Amino acid sequence: MSIEPTTLFVILGMAAATYFTRIAGFVLVSHVHMGKRLETALQAVPPAVLMSVIAPTAFASGYAEAGATAITAVAAFRLPLLAVIAVGVGSLLVLRAVVG
Amino acid sequence: MSAERRHPSTPFRQATAGAVTILPIFFAVLPIGLLFGAVAAQKGLSPFEVALMSAIVFAGGSQFVAIDIWQDPVSIGVMTFSALLVNIRHILMGASFAPKLKRFGSGQKYAAAFFLVDETWAVAERHAMTQTITPAWYAGLVLPLYAAWISSTTTGSIIGAALGDPARYGLDFVFPAVFIFLVAGFWKGPKTGAVLAASTVTAVVTHSFVEGAWYIAAGALAGVATAAFTADTEDAAPCPPGAALESGDPQ
Repeated sequence: MSIEPTTLFVILGMAAATYFTRIAGFVLVSHVHMGKRLETALQAVPPAVLMSVIAPTAFASGYAEAGATAITAVAAFRLPLLAVIAVGVGSLLVLRAVVG
Repeated sequence: MSAERRHPSTPFRQATAGAVTILPIFFAVLPIGLLFGAVAAQKGLSPFEVALMSAIVFAGGSQFVAIDIWQDPVSIGVMTFSALLVNIRHILMGASFAPKLKRFGSGQKYAAAFFLVDETWAVAERHAMTQTITPAWYAGLVLPLYAAWISSTTTGSIIGAALGDPARYGLDFVFPAVFIFLVAGFWKGPKTGAVLAASTVTAVVTHSFVEGAWYIAAGALAGVATAAFTADTEDAAPCPPGAALESGDPQ
Protein backbone atom coordinates (compact mmCIF):
# COMPACT_ATOMS: atom_id res chain seq x y z
CA MET A 1 0.00 0.00 0.00
CA SER A 2 2.51 2.62 -1.06
CA ILE A 3 1.58 5.84 -2.79
CA GLU A 4 3.78 8.85 -3.45
CA PRO A 5 2.12 12.26 -3.01
CA THR A 6 3.18 13.46 -6.49
CA THR A 7 1.94 10.27 -8.10
CA LEU A 8 -1.35 10.65 -6.24
CA PHE A 9 -1.81 14.18 -7.61
CA VAL A 10 -0.89 13.06 -11.14
CA ILE A 11 -3.54 10.34 -10.94
CA LEU A 12 -6.13 12.77 -9.52
CA GLY A 13 -5.30 15.30 -12.26
CA MET A 14 -5.65 12.66 -14.97
CA ALA A 15 -8.94 11.48 -13.46
CA ALA A 16 -10.36 15.01 -13.32
CA ALA A 17 -9.29 15.79 -16.91
CA THR A 18 -10.72 12.50 -18.16
CA TYR A 19 -14.06 12.86 -16.38
CA PHE A 20 -14.31 16.43 -17.68
CA THR A 21 -14.04 15.15 -21.28
CA ARG A 22 -16.65 12.50 -20.52
CA ILE A 23 -19.33 14.89 -19.24
CA ALA A 24 -18.52 17.89 -21.48
CA GLY A 25 -20.31 16.36 -24.46
CA PHE A 26 -23.34 15.50 -22.32
CA VAL A 27 -23.59 19.09 -21.06
CA LEU A 28 -22.93 20.57 -24.50
CA VAL A 29 -25.62 18.65 -26.33
CA SER A 30 -28.35 19.48 -23.80
CA HIS A 31 -27.89 23.20 -24.55
CA VAL A 32 -27.80 22.97 -28.34
CA HIS A 33 -30.80 22.56 -30.65
CA MET A 34 -30.40 19.50 -32.88
CA GLY A 35 -30.82 20.32 -36.57
CA LYS A 36 -30.67 17.67 -39.29
CA ARG A 37 -27.10 18.54 -40.24
CA LEU A 38 -25.91 18.41 -36.61
CA GLU A 39 -27.69 15.10 -36.15
CA THR A 40 -25.97 13.63 -39.23
CA ALA A 41 -22.64 14.98 -37.98
CA LEU A 42 -23.13 13.39 -34.55
CA GLN A 43 -24.07 10.06 -36.16
CA ALA A 44 -20.67 10.12 -37.86
CA VAL A 45 -18.81 10.57 -34.56
CA PRO A 46 -18.44 6.85 -33.67
CA PRO A 47 -16.86 5.65 -36.93
CA ALA A 48 -14.79 8.86 -37.27
CA VAL A 49 -13.30 8.55 -33.77
CA LEU A 50 -12.60 4.81 -34.04
CA MET A 51 -11.06 5.20 -37.50
CA SER A 52 -8.80 8.01 -36.25
CA VAL A 53 -7.63 5.94 -33.28
CA ILE A 54 -6.55 3.02 -35.49
CA ALA A 55 -5.41 4.88 -38.63
CA PRO A 56 -1.72 5.39 -37.68
CA THR A 57 -1.38 1.75 -36.53
CA ALA A 58 -3.26 0.50 -39.55
CA PHE A 59 -1.73 2.53 -42.35
CA ALA A 60 1.51 4.10 -41.14
CA SER A 61 3.36 1.46 -39.14
CA GLY A 62 4.31 -1.06 -41.84
CA TYR A 63 3.18 -3.41 -44.61
CA ALA A 64 2.28 -6.19 -42.15
CA GLU A 65 -0.08 -3.93 -40.19
CA ALA A 66 -1.64 -2.49 -43.35
CA GLY A 67 -2.19 -5.97 -44.77
CA ALA A 68 -3.63 -7.27 -41.51
CA THR A 69 -5.95 -4.25 -41.39
CA ALA A 70 -7.29 -5.02 -44.88
CA ILE A 71 -7.84 -8.70 -44.04
CA THR A 72 -9.46 -7.83 -40.70
CA ALA A 73 -11.76 -5.31 -42.38
CA VAL A 74 -13.03 -7.97 -44.81
CA ALA A 75 -13.58 -10.35 -41.88
CA ALA A 76 -15.34 -7.62 -39.85
CA PHE A 77 -18.26 -7.56 -42.30
CA ARG A 78 -18.79 -11.33 -42.07
CA LEU A 79 -17.65 -12.79 -38.73
CA PRO A 80 -18.41 -12.30 -35.00
CA LEU A 81 -16.04 -10.26 -32.84
CA LEU A 82 -13.84 -13.02 -31.37
CA ALA A 83 -13.32 -14.54 -34.82
CA VAL A 84 -12.39 -11.11 -36.18
CA ILE A 85 -9.81 -10.68 -33.38
CA ALA A 86 -8.38 -14.11 -34.20
CA VAL A 87 -8.19 -13.28 -37.91
CA GLY A 88 -6.53 -9.92 -37.13
CA VAL A 89 -3.90 -11.28 -34.75
CA GLY A 90 -3.29 -14.36 -36.90
CA SER A 91 -2.90 -12.48 -40.17
CA LEU A 92 -0.56 -9.96 -38.50
CA LEU A 93 1.68 -12.73 -37.15
CA VAL A 94 1.82 -14.44 -40.57
CA LEU A 95 2.48 -11.17 -42.40
CA ARG A 96 5.18 -10.16 -39.90
CA ALA A 97 6.90 -13.49 -40.48
CA VAL A 98 6.69 -12.97 -44.26
CA VAL A 99 7.43 -9.26 -44.78
CA GLY A 100 9.13 -8.51 -41.47
CA MET B 1 -23.78 -9.45 -31.42
CA SER B 2 -27.24 -9.50 -29.90
CA ALA B 3 -28.61 -6.65 -32.02
CA GLU B 4 -31.44 -8.68 -33.54
CA ARG B 5 -32.72 -9.91 -30.17
CA ARG B 6 -35.66 -8.12 -28.55
CA HIS B 7 -35.08 -6.28 -25.30
CA PRO B 8 -35.47 -8.63 -22.29
CA SER B 9 -38.02 -7.36 -19.79
CA THR B 10 -36.53 -7.51 -16.28
CA PRO B 11 -33.52 -5.41 -15.19
CA PHE B 12 -31.64 -8.60 -14.32
CA ARG B 13 -32.16 -9.99 -17.82
CA GLN B 14 -31.17 -6.66 -19.33
CA ALA B 15 -27.97 -6.64 -17.24
CA THR B 16 -27.23 -10.22 -18.31
CA ALA B 17 -27.76 -9.28 -21.95
CA GLY B 18 -25.31 -6.39 -21.50
CA ALA B 19 -22.75 -8.69 -19.88
CA VAL B 20 -23.09 -11.24 -22.71
CA THR B 21 -22.54 -8.46 -25.24
CA ILE B 22 -19.31 -7.30 -23.56
CA LEU B 23 -17.90 -10.84 -23.05
CA PRO B 24 -15.54 -10.91 -26.07
CA ILE B 25 -14.17 -7.47 -25.17
CA PHE B 26 -13.91 -8.57 -21.51
CA PHE B 27 -11.48 -11.31 -22.55
CA ALA B 28 -9.68 -9.05 -25.01
CA VAL B 29 -8.96 -6.47 -22.30
CA LEU B 30 -7.26 -8.93 -19.89
CA PRO B 31 -3.91 -9.27 -21.75
CA ILE B 32 -3.91 -5.52 -22.43
CA GLY B 33 -4.46 -4.81 -18.71
CA LEU B 34 -1.71 -7.23 -17.68
CA LEU B 35 0.61 -5.52 -20.14
CA PHE B 36 -0.29 -2.06 -18.85
CA GLY B 37 0.35 -3.08 -15.24
CA ALA B 38 3.69 -4.66 -16.14
CA VAL B 39 4.90 -1.56 -17.99
CA ALA B 40 3.67 0.72 -15.18
CA ALA B 41 5.58 -1.38 -12.63
CA GLN B 42 8.75 -1.00 -14.69
CA LYS B 43 8.26 2.80 -14.46
CA GLY B 44 8.14 2.50 -10.67
CA LEU B 45 4.43 2.58 -9.92
CA SER B 46 3.25 0.44 -7.02
CA PRO B 47 0.35 -2.02 -7.45
CA PHE B 48 -1.81 0.29 -5.32
CA GLU B 49 -1.03 3.28 -7.57
CA VAL B 50 -1.82 1.21 -10.66
CA ALA B 51 -5.13 0.06 -9.13
CA LEU B 52 -6.05 3.61 -8.15
CA MET B 53 -5.27 4.95 -11.63
CA SER B 54 -7.31 2.24 -13.33
CA ALA B 55 -10.21 2.77 -10.92
CA ILE B 56 -10.55 6.54 -11.17
CA VAL B 57 -9.11 7.35 -14.61
CA PHE B 58 -10.40 4.19 -16.35
CA ALA B 59 -9.20 5.19 -19.81
CA GLY B 60 -6.77 2.73 -21.38
CA GLY B 61 -5.47 5.03 -24.10
CA SER B 62 -4.55 7.91 -21.81
CA GLN B 63 -3.14 5.53 -19.18
CA PHE B 64 -0.81 4.00 -21.77
CA VAL B 65 0.26 7.45 -22.93
CA ALA B 66 0.83 8.56 -19.32
CA ILE B 67 3.05 5.58 -18.56
CA ASP B 68 4.85 6.07 -21.87
CA ILE B 69 5.83 9.67 -21.01
CA TRP B 70 6.26 9.01 -17.27
CA GLN B 71 9.60 10.26 -15.94
CA ASP B 72 11.19 11.15 -12.63
CA PRO B 73 10.28 13.77 -11.44
CA VAL B 74 6.83 13.57 -12.97
CA SER B 75 4.97 16.80 -13.82
CA ILE B 76 1.36 16.98 -12.63
CA GLY B 77 0.50 19.66 -15.22
CA VAL B 78 1.98 17.80 -18.20
CA MET B 79 0.30 14.54 -17.22
CA THR B 80 -3.08 16.18 -16.66
CA PHE B 81 -2.94 18.02 -19.99
CA SER B 82 -1.86 14.87 -21.81
CA ALA B 83 -4.84 12.98 -20.37
CA LEU B 84 -7.11 15.82 -21.51
CA LEU B 85 -5.66 15.66 -25.01
CA VAL B 86 -5.86 11.90 -25.43
CA ASN B 87 -9.44 11.89 -24.14
CA ILE B 88 -10.71 14.94 -25.98
CA ARG B 89 -12.59 12.58 -28.30
CA HIS B 90 -14.87 11.79 -25.34
CA ILE B 91 -16.50 15.21 -25.83
CA LEU B 92 -17.71 14.20 -29.30
CA MET B 93 -18.55 10.70 -28.07
CA GLY B 94 -20.61 12.08 -25.16
CA ALA B 95 -22.45 14.52 -27.43
CA SER B 96 -23.40 11.64 -29.70
CA PHE B 97 -24.24 9.31 -26.81
CA ALA B 98 -26.22 11.57 -24.43
CA PRO B 99 -29.41 11.72 -26.56
CA LYS B 100 -29.54 7.90 -26.53
CA LEU B 101 -29.84 7.75 -22.73
CA LYS B 102 -33.51 8.77 -22.57
CA ARG B 103 -34.24 6.13 -19.94
CA PHE B 104 -31.57 7.49 -17.58
CA GLY B 105 -32.11 10.01 -14.74
CA SER B 106 -29.66 12.91 -14.68
CA GLY B 107 -27.64 11.34 -11.84
CA GLN B 108 -27.54 8.07 -13.79
CA LYS B 109 -26.34 9.97 -16.87
CA TYR B 110 -23.37 11.42 -15.03
CA ALA B 111 -22.57 8.00 -13.59
CA ALA B 112 -22.88 6.49 -17.08
CA ALA B 113 -20.47 9.14 -18.42
CA PHE B 114 -17.75 7.94 -16.03
CA PHE B 115 -17.78 4.50 -17.68
CA LEU B 116 -17.59 5.88 -21.22
CA VAL B 117 -14.66 4.13 -22.91
CA ASP B 118 -14.18 3.47 -26.63
CA GLU B 119 -15.27 -0.15 -26.43
CA THR B 120 -18.42 0.17 -24.28
CA TRP B 121 -19.43 3.35 -26.03
CA ALA B 122 -19.10 1.88 -29.52
CA VAL B 123 -21.02 -1.26 -28.51
CA ALA B 124 -23.72 0.86 -26.84
CA GLU B 125 -24.01 3.14 -29.89
CA ARG B 126 -24.41 0.06 -32.07
CA HIS B 127 -27.06 -1.27 -29.65
CA ALA B 128 -28.89 2.08 -29.76
CA MET B 129 -29.35 1.77 -33.54
CA THR B 130 -31.93 -0.96 -32.95
CA GLN B 131 -32.90 -0.80 -29.26
CA THR B 132 -33.28 1.58 -26.33
CA ILE B 133 -30.40 1.60 -23.85
CA THR B 134 -31.62 0.89 -20.31
CA PRO B 135 -29.58 1.62 -17.14
CA ALA B 136 -29.54 -2.10 -16.25
CA TRP B 137 -28.27 -3.13 -19.70
CA TYR B 138 -25.58 -0.45 -19.55
CA ALA B 139 -24.50 -1.50 -16.04
CA GLY B 140 -24.25 -5.11 -17.22
CA LEU B 141 -22.15 -3.88 -20.13
CA VAL B 142 -19.69 -1.60 -18.31
CA LEU B 143 -19.19 -3.08 -14.82
CA PRO B 144 -17.57 -6.38 -15.92
CA LEU B 145 -15.15 -4.44 -18.12
CA TYR B 146 -14.41 -2.02 -15.25
CA ALA B 147 -13.65 -4.94 -12.91
CA ALA B 148 -11.55 -6.64 -15.60
CA TRP B 149 -9.51 -3.49 -16.20
CA ILE B 150 -8.75 -2.85 -12.52
CA SER B 151 -7.94 -6.48 -11.70
CA SER B 152 -5.85 -7.19 -14.82
CA THR B 153 -3.77 -3.99 -14.54
CA THR B 154 -3.15 -4.59 -10.82
CA THR B 155 -2.20 -8.21 -11.45
CA GLY B 156 0.11 -7.07 -14.25
CA SER B 157 1.88 -4.65 -11.93
CA ILE B 158 2.48 -7.47 -9.43
CA ILE B 159 3.68 -9.97 -12.02
CA GLY B 160 5.82 -7.22 -13.52
CA ALA B 161 8.05 -7.78 -16.48
CA ALA B 162 7.62 -11.56 -16.71
CA LEU B 163 5.10 -11.09 -19.54
CA GLY B 164 7.56 -9.95 -22.18
CA ASP B 165 6.76 -8.10 -25.37
CA PRO B 166 3.10 -8.50 -26.44
CA ALA B 167 4.00 -7.71 -30.07
CA ARG B 168 5.72 -11.12 -30.18
CA TYR B 169 2.28 -12.74 -29.95
CA GLY B 170 0.50 -10.17 -32.12
CA LEU B 171 -1.43 -8.99 -29.07
CA ASP B 172 -0.74 -5.37 -30.00
CA PHE B 173 -3.31 -5.91 -32.76
CA VAL B 174 -6.16 -7.01 -30.46
CA PHE B 175 -7.64 -3.54 -30.01
CA PRO B 176 -7.14 -2.39 -33.60
CA ALA B 177 -9.07 -5.55 -34.60
CA VAL B 178 -11.86 -4.75 -32.13
CA PHE B 179 -12.09 -1.20 -33.49
CA ILE B 180 -12.11 -2.38 -37.12
CA PHE B 181 -14.99 -4.71 -36.23
CA LEU B 182 -16.89 -1.86 -34.59
CA VAL B 183 -16.27 0.52 -37.52
CA ALA B 184 -17.76 -2.08 -39.87
CA GLY B 185 -20.91 -2.05 -37.73
CA PHE B 186 -21.41 1.64 -38.49
CA TRP B 187 -21.17 1.20 -42.25
CA LYS B 188 -24.14 2.84 -44.00
CA GLY B 189 -22.82 3.11 -47.57
CA PRO B 190 -20.54 5.41 -49.61
CA LYS B 191 -21.07 8.39 -47.29
CA THR B 192 -19.58 6.38 -44.42
CA GLY B 193 -16.68 5.62 -46.77
CA ALA B 194 -16.11 9.36 -47.29
CA VAL B 195 -16.17 9.94 -43.50
CA LEU B 196 -13.67 7.12 -42.89
CA ALA B 197 -11.38 8.30 -45.69
CA ALA B 198 -11.32 11.85 -44.32
CA SER B 199 -10.61 10.60 -40.78
CA THR B 200 -7.90 8.20 -41.94
CA VAL B 201 -5.98 10.71 -44.07
CA THR B 202 -6.23 13.47 -41.45
CA ALA B 203 -5.24 11.18 -38.56
CA VAL B 204 -2.26 9.70 -40.42
CA VAL B 205 -0.98 13.10 -41.60
CA THR B 206 -1.48 14.71 -38.16
CA HIS B 207 0.16 11.72 -36.46
CA SER B 208 3.30 12.06 -38.57
CA PHE B 209 3.69 15.83 -38.08
CA VAL B 210 2.30 16.58 -34.59
CA GLU B 211 3.58 15.16 -31.29
CA GLY B 212 1.08 13.57 -28.97
CA ALA B 213 -2.52 12.50 -29.38
CA TRP B 214 -3.82 15.40 -31.51
CA TYR B 215 -4.30 13.02 -34.44
CA ILE B 216 -7.37 11.47 -32.79
CA ALA B 217 -9.13 14.81 -32.34
CA ALA B 218 -8.06 16.03 -35.80
CA GLY B 219 -9.16 12.84 -37.57
CA ALA B 220 -12.47 12.75 -35.71
CA LEU B 221 -13.22 16.37 -36.58
CA ALA B 222 -12.36 15.80 -40.26
CA GLY B 223 -14.74 12.84 -40.42
CA VAL B 224 -17.54 14.67 -38.64
CA ALA B 225 -17.08 17.75 -40.87
CA THR B 226 -17.26 15.50 -43.94
CA ALA B 227 -20.53 14.04 -42.65
CA ALA B 228 -21.93 17.52 -42.03
CA PHE B 229 -20.98 18.73 -45.53
CA THR B 230 -22.42 15.68 -47.27
CA ALA B 231 -25.56 15.60 -45.11
CA ASP B 232 -28.92 15.52 -46.87
CA THR B 233 -30.79 18.65 -45.88
CA GLU B 234 -34.59 18.85 -46.01
CA ASP B 235 -34.96 20.51 -49.44
CA ALA B 236 -32.05 18.84 -51.23
CA ALA B 237 -32.93 15.23 -50.49
CA PRO B 238 -35.10 13.13 -52.82
CA CYS B 239 -34.56 10.24 -50.42
CA PRO B 240 -34.50 11.01 -46.67
CA PRO B 241 -31.33 10.19 -44.69
CA GLY B 242 -33.29 7.70 -42.60
CA ALA B 243 -33.95 5.53 -45.68
CA ALA B 244 -30.28 5.25 -46.52
CA LEU B 245 -29.63 4.40 -42.91
CA GLU B 246 -32.13 1.54 -42.87
CA SER B 247 -31.19 -0.01 -46.20
CA GLY B 248 -27.51 0.00 -45.25
CA ASP B 249 -28.12 -1.64 -41.89
CA PRO B 250 -27.46 -5.40 -41.79
CA GLN B 251 -30.58 -5.95 -39.69
